[in-house]
Amino acid sequence: MLRSSLRQVSAALKEGRVTPTELCQRCLALIKSTKFLNAYITVTEETALKQAEESEKRRKRGQPLGILDGIPIAVKDNFNTAGIETTCASNMLKGYISPYNATVVQKLLDQGAVLLGKTNLDEFAMGSGSTDGVFGPVRNPWSYSKQYKEKSVPKSHSEDEEYNWVITGGSSGGSAAAVSSFTCFAALGSDTGGSTRNPAAHCGVVGLKPTYGLISRHGLIPLVNSMDVPGILTRCVDDAAVLLGSLAGHDPKDSTTIQDDFKPFELPDLPDVSKLSIGIPKEYHAPGLSSEILSLWSKAADLFKNAGAKVVEVSLPHTRYSIVCYHVLCTAEVASNMARFDGLEYGHRSDVKDSTESMYAATRREGFNDVVRGRILSGNYFLLKQNYEKYFVKAQKVRRLIANDFGKVFGSGVDILLTPTTLSDAVPYTEFIQEDNRTRSAQDDILTQAANMAGLPAINVPTALSERGLPVGLQFIGRSFQEKQLLTVAKWFEKQVQFPVIQLEEAERHDNGVFQHQKSASFS
Amino acid sequence: MAAVLAMVARGCGGVWRRLRQRCAVRPGSGPFPRGERAVACNARGGMMSAGKSGLTPWIPVVGLEIHAQISSNSKLFSGSQVQFAAPPNSLVSFFDASLPGTLPVLNRRCVEAAVMTGLALNCHINKKSLFDRKHYFYADLPAGYQITQQRVPIAVNGSLSYSLCIDNKMSQMVTKTVRIKQIQLEQDSGKSLHDDARSQTLVDLNRAGVGLMELVMEPDMCCGEEAAAAVRELQLILQTLGSSQAVMAEGQLRVDANVSVHHPGEPYGVRTEVKNINSIRFLAKAVDYEIQRQIEELGNGGTISNETRAFDSKLGFMPEPNLPPLILYDAKSLPANMNHQQVINIDWIRERLPDLPSVKREKLVEQYGILPEHSFTLLVWQQDQNCNSRHSNEDGLPEFFENVVKQTQMKPKKVIGWILNDLLSYLKQHSLTVKESPVSSFLLADLLNLLEKKEISSTAAKQVLAELWKGKGKTPLETVKEQKLELLQDQKELEQICQAVIDGQENEVMAIKAGNQKVLNKLIGLVQKKTQGRSNPVLVKQLLEKKLSE
Repeated sequence: MLRSSLRQVSAALKEGRVTPTELCQRCLALIKSTKFLNAYITVTEETALKQAEESEKRRKRGQPLGILDGIPIAVKDNFNTAGIETTCASNMLKGYISPYNATVVQKLLDQGAVLLGKTNLDEFAMGSGSTDGVFGPVRNPWSYSKQYKEKSVPKSHSEDEEYNWVITGGSSGGSAAAVSSFTCFAALGSDTGGSTRNPAAHCGVVGLKPTYGLISRHGLIPLVNSMDVPGILTRCVDDAAVLLGSLAGHDPKDSTTIQDDFKPFELPDLPDVSKLSIGIPKEYHAPGLSSEILSLWSKAADLFKNAGAKVVEVSLPHTRYSIVCYHVLCTAEVASNMARFDGLEYGHRSDVKDSTESMYAATRREGFNDVVRGRILSGNYFLLKQNYEKYFVKAQKVRRLIANDFGKVFGSGVDILLTPTTLSDAVPYTEFIQEDNRTRSAQDDILTQAANMAGLPAINVPTALSERGLPVGLQFIGRSFQEKQLLTVAKWFEKQVQFPVIQLEEAERHDNGVFQHQKSASFS
Repeated sequence: MAAVLAMVARGCGGVWRRLRQRCAVRPGSGPFPRGERAVACNARGGMMSAGKSGLTPWIPVVGLEIHAQISSNSKLFSGSQVQFAAPPNSLVSFFDASLPGTLPVLNRRCVEAAVMTGLALNCHINKKSLFDRKHYFYADLPAGYQITQQRVPIAVNGSLSYSLCIDNKMSQMVTKTVRIKQIQLEQDSGKSLHDDARSQTLVDLNRAGVGLMELVMEPDMCCGEEAAAAVRELQLILQTLGSSQAVMAEGQLRVDANVSVHHPGEPYGVRTEVKNINSIRFLAKAVDYEIQRQIEELGNGGTISNETRAFDSKLGFMPEPNLPPLILYDAKSLPANMNHQQVINIDWIRERLPDLPSVKREKLVEQYGILPEHSFTLLVWQQDQNCNSRHSNEDGLPEFFENVVKQTQMKPKKVIGWILNDLLSYLKQHSLTVKESPVSSFLLADLLNLLEKKEISSTAAKQVLAELWKGKGKTPLETVKEQKLELLQDQKELEQICQAVIDGQENEVMAIKAGNQKVLNKLIGLVQKKTQGRSNPVLVKQLLEKKLSE
């Protein structure tokens, strides 16, 4: 039961095969036994059970609030949740209890979803490993899967699991791990440069970054306001469509959301891709791309070709400037957004009180980690009057060029772009931390970030297991606000590749339900 | 100084003081040297002498930056109420306190107020304007930045005409024009309360996020009086529009002045800023003082330095990413399918602008034949009224005047004297608004009609008015009857009284007969006294002359 999809479990709730409370309890139990993953910062057991109880009453009355009523979900800990700690995995906000719900959280609760807890991340979502939060790194559930253990551990010199566990990717690693380890049916992440798609790829789940402006950011603690989008992590593409339908639409509290009504959609059971043109951007054949992934990418292109789709190589020439451009824009906005954390109104306040200025300085030194402080420092440098034109304005222009690249490609008749999501499968933690956050982020965001620059919708679809038995995903990038087309293609692809289910001892132990979609054939 | 910052608890008292004043070259409340002659206004466009030692004249240059608080129910980007003197931190939304994750939502009313003001000041209204973040760390700026319009403000390139009198003579008025560089929408900051005794700074965020219009005036003025006159006219315009209540005492209109001096033919001198000026009277004094100070400093071989600017120069700006460009429409560009609730139409606002003070004054002069300076007094006093009562659109003195004129046969030219002398001085004396006047326009008109029909003398009219002020609910006619103030209509009785006066004043009669006609006035006065002001002086004079020539 825990391993079924959201739509399947919703059907089970509807038919009374399981009650919301039972479901909630099982998820909570699994969260406990997978505590070592460190996926959750806060588990809201009490309120979750209360919400489940309410849902049960509604379901008994035959008046459920919709498909999400009674579905356990998790939310990345950079979304505000009223009455529940919202930390951003930072000392700065440790113990901070927000007085309001983010719009997306409110929407989920209004539709009866059961909030299990807040998931781990890199501090203030700055990172690509989910290793740089104050609550410690998130462990990739696949590190403990039968698949990984069988393929990877014997090759290792060490028998020690401690040494071999791999990262989730980030920064929404907690959410990806939570969905991947079956502790919830869907989770919210955020995506600024790939923070939803990257961990989705490493954890073998679907990760959707919708078009900028389609989902409200109100209540999402910002990283880069002009690129941040709430992300959706689910087990399958259909579930992502369900979540999108329940979250999208104009929010009067976020002036950057579009005014047009959003019509929730269902995806066709038998998608047809034969009339589509799939673009393969050559620049995504980036340095460091593993041969494994390259070959999967090319096989995927063949699948489309064989299905009658037109597959064309396209060029997005400014992609290579994306990283440096992102660095300037991101750090500048970070410097600005982080200015509010001064210890006065909320959050951490240092005991140093020699002067207002020394209190500010000590508060921010104690509250932020090196990564955050480093970005603030760079950002303030770029925002200095004498540097503004040289860096910030120039980066904005480059951003426009990057966006224009996409415009040209889509204008030439290409419907969807197919790219890798990551350069390789997940690396062990011990290896990951050899490099600093900045280097890692620059490497890992390379394939995902341009979509944020252009505000385009993009999705990671788990594709296959690597030689080491770890998930690898491919990314589809669509036209602005063409989520339906994007998800339709993703669903077709998902059906083709038959990505294997993670074999996780803990989950199997907790789940005595019918194993709904066991797959034997795998795509590799 | 140790400083502990804390939020002010509700109901906490204390005196507010803006810390930023410390950055100002000349603090807004510094002592003004006694007996120092303010720099003479050179409204005729003259130059300043440098005093005893000055040989080359100095040209002072004054520019203004004015922050006008927008009159609106809620703040610029949040739904919090705007209200003066509310308990500390009682009007603070999550956004105002910059809670993480909150976003700005632009208040339509504030945009309309800025468009109105821009149009009234002959500005070009930008159909697309942008918002920026201006960064600085300050306790009463919770986000660490202020949202403002640095790059493309809502209105640019306007002008303001204002009048001032030369040498304090109301009869010699000149009209001048100052260019308006731009009007930008921006957030107000909170207020810091420094408790030095306990080394604490307390923060009140009630004002944080209130909408401001920052008006930048080009340095087209050259003395304190010009600056004061320009601000006074601006204040009047804002109040007429209702875009700001513009009460300086409540900080709804805050003025920073940039002052510099230079010799003719030379580039402008280094300018200094006089910040946070909170009364018009003080503006004139502060600007003139600063001009004088600079002239003396330079005359003594010193230099002028600008500390404030050095402080500002490091501040960084960035586009506000959470607000899309502000798009305004006009009749031409208005999209047909657009919901009218969601768009702002400049032409629609233009068509509904009220008469501006200059137009009002012209109309008063034209329609009623009163003197231009009287039209100024009527409108300026209306403004002072508003400052006290904080009801910017209430009927004021001009309306009172017009109502009296409508209800009386007396010529407006004569009515204005009663308004400006009698009504105004009484109201001033008792600190009353026009609305609070115990004598309504109807009663005053009634009284003036009695005077106009020669039923009472003007002396008697004043007596009646004095009685009416008491507000006992009596009509002028009743008062006249009660106090027997009607003019003596009985010629015989008057003749008898005149005769009695002549008989009693032998010396005076002799003097008059000897040719000293001035003494006749004394006799007229005595008759008036005997009749208790009920005699018609013209008639009395005729009777006396007749009798004396007999």
